[in-house]
Amino acid sequence: MATSAATIEHVGHAHAAEPSFIRKYIFSTDHKIIGIQFLFMSLLFLLFGGLLAMAIRWQQGYPGSPMPGGGVLPETMAPGGILVPEFYNSLVTMHGTFMVFFAIMPLLVGVYANYLIPLKIGAPDMAFPRLNMASFWIAVPAGILMMAGFFVEGGHSGAGWTVYAPLSANPEYSGVSLGQVFWCVSIIVLGLSSILGATNYITTIINMRAPGMKWFRMPLSIWALFVTSVLVLLAIPILSGAVIMLLFDQTIGTRFFLPELGGEPLLWQHLFWFFGHPEVYILILPAMGMVSDIIANGSRKPIFGYHSMVYAIIGIAFLGWIVWGHHMFQSGMNPTLGTTFMISTMLIAVPSAIKVFNWLGTMWRGNITFTVPMLHAVAFVAMFVIGGLSGVFMASTPVDIYIHDTYFIVAHLHYVLFGGSLFAIFGAITFWYPKMFGRMMNPVWGKVHFGLTFVFYNLVFFPMHSLGLEGHMRRIYDPTEYEFLAGVQGTNEFITIAAFLLFATQLIFMINFLGSLFRGARAPANPWNDNGLEWVAPSPPPHGNFAETPTVYRGPYEFSNPNVEEDFLPQNRKLPGDPEPAALAAGR
Amino acid sequence: MDWILPPGASTFAGEIDGIYYLILGITGLAFVIVEAALIIFLIKYRNRPGRKAYYTHGSMKAEVIRTAVPAVVVVMIGILSGGVWDRIKGRDSIPAGAYPLAVHGSQFEWNVTYPGPDGTLGTTDDFSKRNQLHIPVNTPIRVRLTAEDVIHSFFIPAFRIKQDAVPGMEIDLWFEPTQTGEYELACAELCGLGHYRMRAAVTVHTAEGFGRWMTDESQTVAQN
Amino acid sequence: MAHAAVMRPPTEAEVGAGVYNEKLGMWVFLGSEVMFFTALIGSYIILRFANPEAWQPPGEVLAVPITAVNTFLLICSSVTMVKAFASAQDGNQKALSLWLLATVIIGASFVGVQAYEYRELIHHGFVPSEGLYGSTFYIMTGFHGFHVTLGVLCMMFVTWKAFRGKYTATDHRGVEVIGLYWHFVDLVWIILFTIVYLI
Repeated sequence: MATSAATIEHVGHAHAAEPSFIRKYIFSTDHKIIGIQFLFMSLLFLLFGGLLAMAIRWQQGYPGSPMPGGGVLPETMAPGGILVPEFYNSLVTMHGTFMVFFAIMPLLVGVYANYLIPLKIGAPDMAFPRLNMASFWIAVPAGILMMAGFFVEGGHSGAGWTVYAPLSANPEYSGVSLGQVFWCVSIIVLGLSSILGATNYITTIINMRAPGMKWFRMPLSIWALFVTSVLVLLAIPILSGAVIMLLFDQTIGTRFFLPELGGEPLLWQHLFWFFGHPEVYILILPAMGMVSDIIANGSRKPIFGYHSMVYAIIGIAFLGWIVWGHHMFQSGMNPTLGTTFMISTMLIAVPSAIKVFNWLGTMWRGNITFTVPMLHAVAFVAMFVIGGLSGVFMASTPVDIYIHDTYFIVAHLHYVLFGGSLFAIFGAITFWYPKMFGRMMNPVWGKVHFGLTFVFYNLVFFPMHSLGLEGHMRRIYDPTEYEFLAGVQGTNEFITIAAFLLFATQLIFMINFLGSLFRGARAPANPWNDNGLEWVAPSPPPHGNFAETPTVYRGPYEFSNPNVEEDFLPQNRKLPGDPEPAALAAGR
Repeated sequence: MDWILPPGASTFAGEIDGIYYLILGITGLAFVIVEAALIIFLIKYRNRPGRKAYYTHGSMKAEVIRTAVPAVVVVMIGILSGGVWDRIKGRDSIPAGAYPLAVHGSQFEWNVTYPGPDGTLGTTDDFSKRNQLHIPVNTPIRVRLTAEDVIHSFFIPAFRIKQDAVPGMEIDLWFEPTQTGEYELACAELCGLGHYRMRAAVTVHTAEGFGRWMTDESQTVAQN
Repeated sequence: MAHAAVMRPPTEAEVGAGVYNEKLGMWVFLGSEVMFFTALIGSYIILRFANPEAWQPPGEVLAVPITAVNTFLLICSSVTMVKAFASAQDGNQKALSLWLLATVIIGASFVGVQAYEYRELIHHGFVPSEGLYGSTFYIMTGFHGFHVTLGVLCMMFVTWKAFRGKYTATDHRGVEVIGLYWHFVDLVWIILFTIVYLI
């Protein structure tokens, strides 16, 4: 067994000189603490994004009625509790902005890339721990700035999370000036945090895998986080550049996107979606990776087609760069381009289908236990299928003529982001909670939360397909303006009530999450009988993670291996006959 | 929940709705197969005392088949769709002799310019109306779409037509209504605080009715 | 004995990139910088092809001769950087410090000349809001200048460390890493100079 002098020193160091509370929990360079910091920050923003959604749903269900609790809002937002159109536009904008940038992305990447990567590849920490700390502490002011936009004159940006120019670039058209500036600066700052993070994750995975942790022995969660980090590294700078141009158009009079004096509104869309499509794969790939880990664990079987799963992740990431125009079919761009983007978009269904079939293949002839993480992972598959299939409709250019910018799109994106990513996140939080906090979340309440969330979630978002098919547009302050929508206002009301119930249900998760920190059952090192290296370390692991650098002898999914009696076989357990990895033998 | 499209009233509805139902059928089938398999597996392979999972890493043969089939299906959908798309949005798709209109979207109204009795846009007998689109049935209509300030989107659900209006661009679109009646034109791209009420009334007349309307309107305009 | 052979890939690990972490990290980070400048330069190319009449011929608005000299200066600073790195590899502390100092001075001069250029252009009415030409010129050269400035600041820190003898023949990672960044910034400028000033 290899000994790492540096690692022992590291671990020993933690015992010898105990850092102050500030160094240990606030300005920590430990990837685990930073991951947990991101967790608390993101969950707060998730809650906030959900609150915004409740206001949106109130207005959709009961347009023009005073919103309960709306009395606390200022006159500029909701006089007498009745939302005004400008504020409604800000609500939809900020719901999307907070959920995408401050909830889902940091939950998947900021939390799990940070927490899992060193542990699951057998490293003591990230390649650049101080840079990692900087990543978090740069994200915090970005979040504060984004919140602050609500309180400035003119209110927050109301141009959609996609902030299309010219509406976003000219305060005369939107009535919003400082709010849009705050939005832009916040996104630029957050982008820096993400890019620094991605640099760390990529370097760590390439250079710091423990001996024997070959590329094709890495868990799919790490493969997914690696590929996602490459997407972040390459796509976020495009957004940064575009947002800087937008900021300049708005503040110093440049003309990138404003048609007077030659700017091109469509240039904004091309830039934004060139970032934006890889972005949506950033928002799903880590979820897919973690779901793979959890389904293999819950089925007590190796992942079906591990290599194909890796290639599918890479394929999705690669193809994701050449489909951006499918957000722009009706934009006025050359229709022939539309056809080419349609073909590439149809093709991206293929690697996604591979993954779905392989998750099914993993469960097939397995020995399935319905732990709370497994329930969420299975729901992910079921919901992602719906979200993916609904995507085929909008990939077809002629059908998109009808459903573009309707609630059909809203249904699709929520099936993949909520039914997909968020269920995966709930599952991941529950699965790795014992490792993070040394305690178990309550499984009974976990199942109750899962069941109610699953039911209410589908009651909210499935009917939205139907709304879209009736022609119900997006981002509409008052659907009752239109006779052709009169027949579906009842559906709107139904969705609203289900949404309130969905939101209320999350209280169960909040109480379970927070309460278990203090009252949860103490967790053993490996409560799920899993094979990953993180379960080798104690729950929670000390600074430096491992007393000795682990040595890896096999892949991550050796469940029900006939060579051993237990139904799991950790990656670092040496069986007679297992060769030592070459990296050790070389004695570098 | 309702997956049936509302009635269409243009020549596009047949083709677009057709592709939609084809996709619905294919994805619906895929949905049933996959979700049923999922549920069956969850029940059949659930943990019971003494049960062991089957140790396998996969099957390349199964994977190839399960990859090839969706690939072929989606490409086929793409090819069928491409044809319909060309006929609707293609740069050369506008029928010769289509009745010309100009529509100018601005915050927050649709300004429709009619060619007047001479049937030609850009002449002195043209006139404009706010938020009122009048057209004759069974006649291809050509619209030159422009925008004043921000991006709007010209959306008539019943005609299955949607086209973004972009400031600085002149975009041509066409459609052919097949039923007389009253319909609605909505803006389908967030354009500011009045986006939700950027609505126009669409009236499809019979050929004679449209002629009478045109005569009445241009006389009113000439008087003013 | 703490970390041995830090200029080599990490020990106790699978074969990765074959270089030490800091070097790999800088290469990875430069990937993001490539994409950032691609967004700006790509937009410039698209806008210029769509609106060629918005641009004056080269030399009419921008001062090509002075900028050509400035370009030469920046290339020189890459040469001094290479010499600095070679000195570090040889363990020659004095040469390292002096070559780094030269790089700082030349780099700072580049920024100074750019700043002077900006002042002159603005004085003559060529401002970011004049139209597409101004918008694209200032955003590309401005962010390049911003990156050079950050590079100069980091280079000053590295130079200060060199003067204090912190780099040895066996560990001069900081020198190599800032060198990589510096060469990248130089390369971007050569591209910008060509497509903004000469075409």
